[in-house]
Amino acid sequence: MISRDYIIFDKNGMHARPATALLKLRRQFKSEISLKKDGTTIQMKSMLNILAMGLKSEDTVTVIIEGEDEAEASRAMDSFFSEDMKNF
Amino acid sequence: MHGIGVSPGISIGPAFVIRKTLKAVSGIIIEGVEMKTIEINKFDHAVEASVCEIEGMKKEGETELPKTLVDILDTQIEFLTDPQIRTDVIEKIEKENKTCTDAVIEVIDAAAAIFENIEDEYLRARGSDIKDIGNRILRNLNPAEGPDFREFPENSIIISEDITPSDTISFDVSRIAGFATKAGSRTSHSAIIAKSRGIPAVVGCGDDLMNISNKTIVLIDGTTGEVIINPDSKIIEAFRSRQKEEREANAMLEKLKELPAITTDGNKITLLGNITGSADLEKLFASGGEGVGLFRTEMLFLGRDSLPGEEEQFNFYREVAEKSGNRPVIIRTLDIGGDKNLPYLNIPFENNPFMGYRAIRFCLSEKEIFMTQLRAILRASAFGNLRIMFPMICNIEEIRLAKQFVQQAKKELLESKKMFNDEIEIGIMIEIPSAALIADQLAMEVNFFSIGTNDLCQYTLAVDRMNERVSSLYNHFDPAVLRLIHFTIREAGKNKIDVGLCGEMASDPLAAVLLIGMGLDHFSMGASSIPAIKNIIRKTDKSKATEIWNRVKEMDNSEAITEYLKTLQA
Repeated sequence: MISRDYIIFDKNGMHARPATALLKLRRQFKSEISLKKDGTTIQMKSMLNILAMGLKSEDTVTVIIEGEDEAEASRAMDSFFSEDMKNF
Repeated sequence: MHGIGVSPGISIGPAFVIRKTLKAVSGIIIEGVEMKTIEINKFDHAVEASVCEIEGMKKEGETELPKTLVDILDTQIEFLTDPQIRTDVIEKIEKENKTCTDAVIEVIDAAAAIFENIEDEYLRARGSDIKDIGNRILRNLNPAEGPDFREFPENSIIISEDITPSDTISFDVSRIAGFATKAGSRTSHSAIIAKSRGIPAVVGCGDDLMNISNKTIVLIDGTTGEVIINPDSKIIEAFRSRQKEEREANAMLEKLKELPAITTDGNKITLLGNITGSADLEKLFASGGEGVGLFRTEMLFLGRDSLPGEEEQFNFYREVAEKSGNRPVIIRTLDIGGDKNLPYLNIPFENNPFMGYRAIRFCLSEKEIFMTQLRAILRASAFGNLRIMFPMICNIEEIRLAKQFVQQAKKELLESKKMFNDEIEIGIMIEIPSAALIADQLAMEVNFFSIGTNDLCQYTLAVDRMNERVSSLYNHFDPAVLRLIHFTIREAGKNKIDVGLCGEMASDPLAAVLLIGMGLDHFSMGASSIPAIKNIIRKTDKSKATEIWNRVKEMDNSEAITEYLKTLQA
């Protein structure tokens, strides 16, 4: 299992466009991926659930990955949260 | 009636009222595994059909649809195929014996309610996206009942609870005169799309809007947010003439936009804009602005309870840099203190804030705050044509010190392997008389000057223009102020550095000829003033303007100067 914390860079927070991109990216991996904030954990599968977390700019979110391709998935999440998130 | 004008323009036309609130729950109870399986299948088919519709819209318009619209459609597909929504619907069918239609209504209502309670305005607006996909699924579940939006008479004003993203895309824009909605805010997708398609629109009109009946004549003003039902001929006449004026003004602006700001004898003058963030750029470029002469960064620092961090600042500046492309952007470091106080910095009370701890004085002693901003600006400089400008420089030590900070910030970025433009130009505001008087010496230290006439005028004449008893003394045509401006421009010219002017004087039509005559390189002002100033520049002969300045130079009072300049315009 890999668990890492990320800061939301986009000034609008985790809004519809990045969430859509995140879900598209997530589907490339077999591992179970979930998001955790303030004791709430959700599976990274549902647009509704991701947006309902209400992640704001500069919030910290934990990404938890478990499964056979967890290393690659983690690298992809790394670049999503530290690079791609700045471009929405 | 009044709403929020979100997309400018005036439209008059027959109302076409769309009522499509989610239907009421029927309460029908279904029984047996077989019935339930049928209902679940119905749901899956309706979702599939809905996805096909949206995919169709994407293909239909892919070549002309802007990327933002394609993104919105992708998001809609994500919502439609959301596993959480499916799980909830199936649970209602299987465990609560509900019909598919009832289950969808309840699940969508609950999901929309979650968003409507979120604090964040942007996310709150996503509630209408959820309702939108709910309606689409319901229409595909009961095809006979679906309204067909394409069946409205030409030049209709669409009246609706809310216009959803997919509505705005499927509307035949050429046939709509405008729209007014009961709900919505400036950040709703509908507002954004209406603006990008140039459809006049008013949102957030409130409940009364839905009392309008079909075919009633409605007038909407997307600038002021007015909605008038059954306007009489006088009102229509007044609005028609305003509409005509707006069109003519736009046409002139449009014509001038393509033309260069060049004097009749071929001298190019650069027209730049004053902005507070990337949101101002669209209007600036549309008005013919060739870049940014003053990017006021303090707007990012005001109205919050803590300092913005390096990342947030970097993103804010980068957005402006990127959107401006090759155009120059002069970014002014924090001009805070004085009347612009930040409560969270706890700056002690001052008797004389305009002569106190502000702008560069504050930055040079609050080293961490200054370094954070410089690093953010330098990093953003890798994405466009940024230049740094320091405000309120009063002597040469300050600029030398500020430059050392820039060097230090560059060193730190090199060490952390962050990109920046090493050749970034550095300039200063000339807004304190002492700086204007040593312009020849300061010119050796920097790449450009920008004259801030508002403060220069106030400090030269020792007059607080907010104080009504003395404000009549405040005048940028005062001979002393003009001498300081002229000296600054002349010394910049001798040292071959760029010199601009970014105070209110830059947008004063009377001053334009005089400033050209003094040899000013660039003017920076609010976007809306650019066409008028460009118009004057294009009618001015620079050698004549120089003669005009030579005559003004001999005059000893601002009244005579103003009168003389007025006679030239007549």
